[in-house]
Amino acid sequence: MTVLDIEHAGRVFGSGHLRVVALDDVSLRLGPGEFVAVMGPSGSGKSTLLRLAGGLDRPTSGRLLLSGRDLAGLNEAALGAVRRQEVGFVFQEANLLPSLTAAENVALALELDGVKPKAAMTGARGLLDSLGLAAVGSRYPGQLSGGEQQRVAIARAVVGGRSLLLADEPTGALDALTGETVMGLLRQRCAAGCAVVLVTHNVRHAAWADRVVFLSDGRLAGEAGPAAGPECLLGTGQVR
Amino acid sequence: MSVRHSLLALLSSGPMHGYGLKTEFEAATGDVWPLNVGQVYTTLGRLERDGLVIAETEADGQKVYEITGAGRDELGRWFDTPVPREVLPRQELAIKLVFAMRSGVADVAEVLQRQRVATVRALQDVTRLKAAAEFNDDLAWLLMLDGLVFQAEAEVRWLDMCEARLARRNIAAGVARRQPAIPAERTVERSS
Repeated sequence: MTVLDIEHAGRVFGSGHLRVVALDDVSLRLGPGEFVAVMGPSGSGKSTLLRLAGGLDRPTSGRLLLSGRDLAGLNEAALGAVRRQEVGFVFQEANLLPSLTAAENVALALELDGVKPKAAMTGARGLLDSLGLAAVGSRYPGQLSGGEQQRVAIARAVVGGRSLLLADEPTGALDALTGETVMGLLRQRCAAGCAVVLVTHNVRHAAWADRVVFLSDGRLAGEAGPAAGPECLLGTGQVR
Repeated sequence: MSVRHSLLALLSSGPMHGYGLKTEFEAATGDVWPLNVGQVYTTLGRLERDGLVIAETEADGQKVYEITGAGRDELGRWFDTPVPREVLPRQELAIKLVFAMRSGVADVAEVLQRQRVATVRALQDVTRLKAAAEFNDDLAWLLMLDGLVFQAEAEVRWLDMCEARLARRNIAAGVARRQPAIPAERTVERSS
């Protein structure tokens, strides 16, 4: 079963001499628990790809399947429903609601899915516990560090068993070590079966992914999967 | 890497045998730098000659080494002095790129991309080792791996910069060759 299947997707904006090909014949497939990082210079199509993957935008060619469902056949309402059920988003800013506690922020996402408030709160607290964030549940976003806010935002994005997590530079504003704790949390979600697509300029964070794909001028320009093992690195002379 | 100072550092916490120093060194550095026993004894011999350690022969004929006051001073100086950056490190990659550009035999963009993929792969491996080191709470090994991560990151960022410079130059060359069909002041912004 694939969570996300992008087949020869293209996205063209404008027409005539203002026509811009943002994505050109890009295919990408993710199974449950798979973590893919997308890298490339500004304007290479990373964010367009992420918007397509999350059903926020539609391709002008090719097709896109979310958990086996072709998004082309869905009207806006149906697409919105699939998006809510299947996809969680995390951005550079955590965007937590400041008047709600961390746990209430997470519970709100469940309530929007139709879960009763009390059950939503229980679910939110359970998830925060499992992510090592029990201590921050009762605090307001203003009382949390940037790293804590971002981890709560990830909890909010994956609550309710969403199968796909899309993250656009989630570590942008964080220091190196805090950024790593966020990456660790993404890995942990993968281990729990969630597929993750991370768009980033930061190659240190991209290296946490199972696969790193490179975009250049809207096309796939290469992919780095896991190599044979650490011995290969130690044999390259980089260490000495 | 300074075997000499590493041995002094190990001896600063107490006297040790040569073989013990070898295994302690390798354990502390996560086996990244294997030391042969010969290298350890040669270095200990020089440290002894320079008065930085003293050796005592035990009943079974084994030598046990102890750091001296001068040895502790030397170790202190080592910690107090920043490690000098190599003035001209051998940069095979830089040389390769320069010649790829000059010779016209290779596609520079492909050379860059192949290198980037290889470096990111290496980075993925180190990142996995880091996760394991974090799990085992192995601080010395973690610090070492962090160093490797940032080196690889620096290389990838440099490759990105090379690529961006080449792209800019190619655009400039292309614009100069043909009369622009689009007025020069109109630029098309990409959406992403």
